[in-house]
Amino acid sequence: MIEFQTYLYAFLVGGAICALGQLILDFTTLTTGHVLSGFTVAGGILGGLGVYDKLIKFAGAGATMPISSFGNALVQGAISEAQRNGIIGVLTGMFELTSTGITAAIIFGFLTAVVFDPKG
Amino acid sequence: MTKKVGKQTFKPSSPPVIISTAAVSGPFEGQGPLGKYMDHVYTDVTAGERSFEGAEKEMMTNACFTCLNKAGKSPPEVDIFLSGDLLNQTITSGFSALELAIPYLGIYGACSTSAEGLALAAMLVDGGFAGLVLAAASSHNSTAERQYRYPTEYGVQRKPTAQWTVTGSGAALVAPAGQGPVITYVTVGKVTDLGIKDPLNLGAAMAPAAALTMIQHFADTGHGPEYYDLIVTGDLGKFGHEMAVKLAVSRGGFDLGKNYRDCGLMIYDTEKQDVHSGGSGCAASAIVTYGYIYKKLLKKEFNKVLLVATGALHSPTSSQQGGNIPGIAHAVSIEMT
Repeated sequence: MIEFQTYLYAFLVGGAICALGQLILDFTTLTTGHVLSGFTVAGGILGGLGVYDKLIKFAGAGATMPISSFGNALVQGAISEAQRNGIIGVLTGMFELTSTGITAAIIFGFLTAVVFDPKG
Repeated sequence: MTKKVGKQTFKPSSPPVIISTAAVSGPFEGQGPLGKYMDHVYTDVTAGERSFEGAEKEMMTNACFTCLNKAGKSPPEVDIFLSGDLLNQTITSGFSALELAIPYLGIYGACSTSAEGLALAAMLVDGGFAGLVLAAASSHNSTAERQYRYPTEYGVQRKPTAQWTVTGSGAALVAPAGQGPVITYVTVGKVTDLGIKDPLNLGAAMAPAAALTMIQHFADTGHGPEYYDLIVTGDLGKFGHEMAVKLAVSRGGFDLGKNYRDCGLMIYDTEKQDVHSGGSGCAASAIVTYGYIYKKLLKKEFNKVLLVATGALHSPTSSQQGGNIPGIAHAVSIEMT
């Protein structure tokens, strides 16, 4: 059973990650592109060190929803596949956990384009 | 005999006349305080075209034909068409020139293109090379935001210093003689780089260029800021406007006074329309000058106006590679005699 505290932690951790992104945008000259790739890489590094999975256990969706989770998933996929198949697993495993997200982005992007005919 | 006075200013020996102008805008600009001065306000940003690029071309073509119609002229009577915009390879201007079928010289000065076109038109006419020159400039919010920043549909969060690209186009017809305000001086700006790198704060990148061109214009002509009823910069926005005022004091030692305004701040109601630092783009200075200011000059509500159109000469590639954003500003003195 999920305890009530998990909701609170999800709210606080997810909010803190987003607030960090907002602070970077407001107080530096870095752009949204920098924040996107920076958070992905940071999530990957924390994932490689084994820290991010602990954060997910602690805060649930508060840690899985931000883009840093994508970096973590890239690294986790690569590590587990490398443990099974050796160094080539780094290449084959990278998109193992993230394939759903990437495919969803392509499919929904396609459907949106078909329906709305974007011009921008 | 050269017509140069001072270091960067040129004085036509017989001041060319702006015999007609036209300005068209998108719906958002139409809702602004200067909406009523536009010759046409589109109800839709696509202007009925399939793409935003098509819409921008439709706006420029409309501005050009309206300008010619008002003067009772047809395209074959025009000797040269000078035009520029913000898109890759300035396609708005090139495709409009195809439709107009007037001998065409493409120009690019980023958002300073309106004044650049007007300055060159005055020189061509006063030099005796052309009898009738049409100068135009345009920008479109959706095409320029994609070109320089992000596609509008991406919905990226905008910073307080960010400006809103004006949708619209303006055109002016310059002749050796006729009714209307005349161009008395042209000050060609130098490219200035004060090390600004943030493409979301273009006002700050362009303000030094604007200040330096104004300082040089006043030094070359011997006139002070008080000579003009109105001094307008192109699209410095709120932050750039404040910076230009300070720079004029620190670098030039003069107060621009309350007659100094910025087209980017005039075009929108900055309280009610959520445009952050103000408007930007070639169309900012083009439609304010050719819509609002020209009509006020004809009514003699303004008699002496100094247009200082400002441009940021970066590309998305140069910004991504960490390059600075150099600025430029050209000044054109327009007087009603």
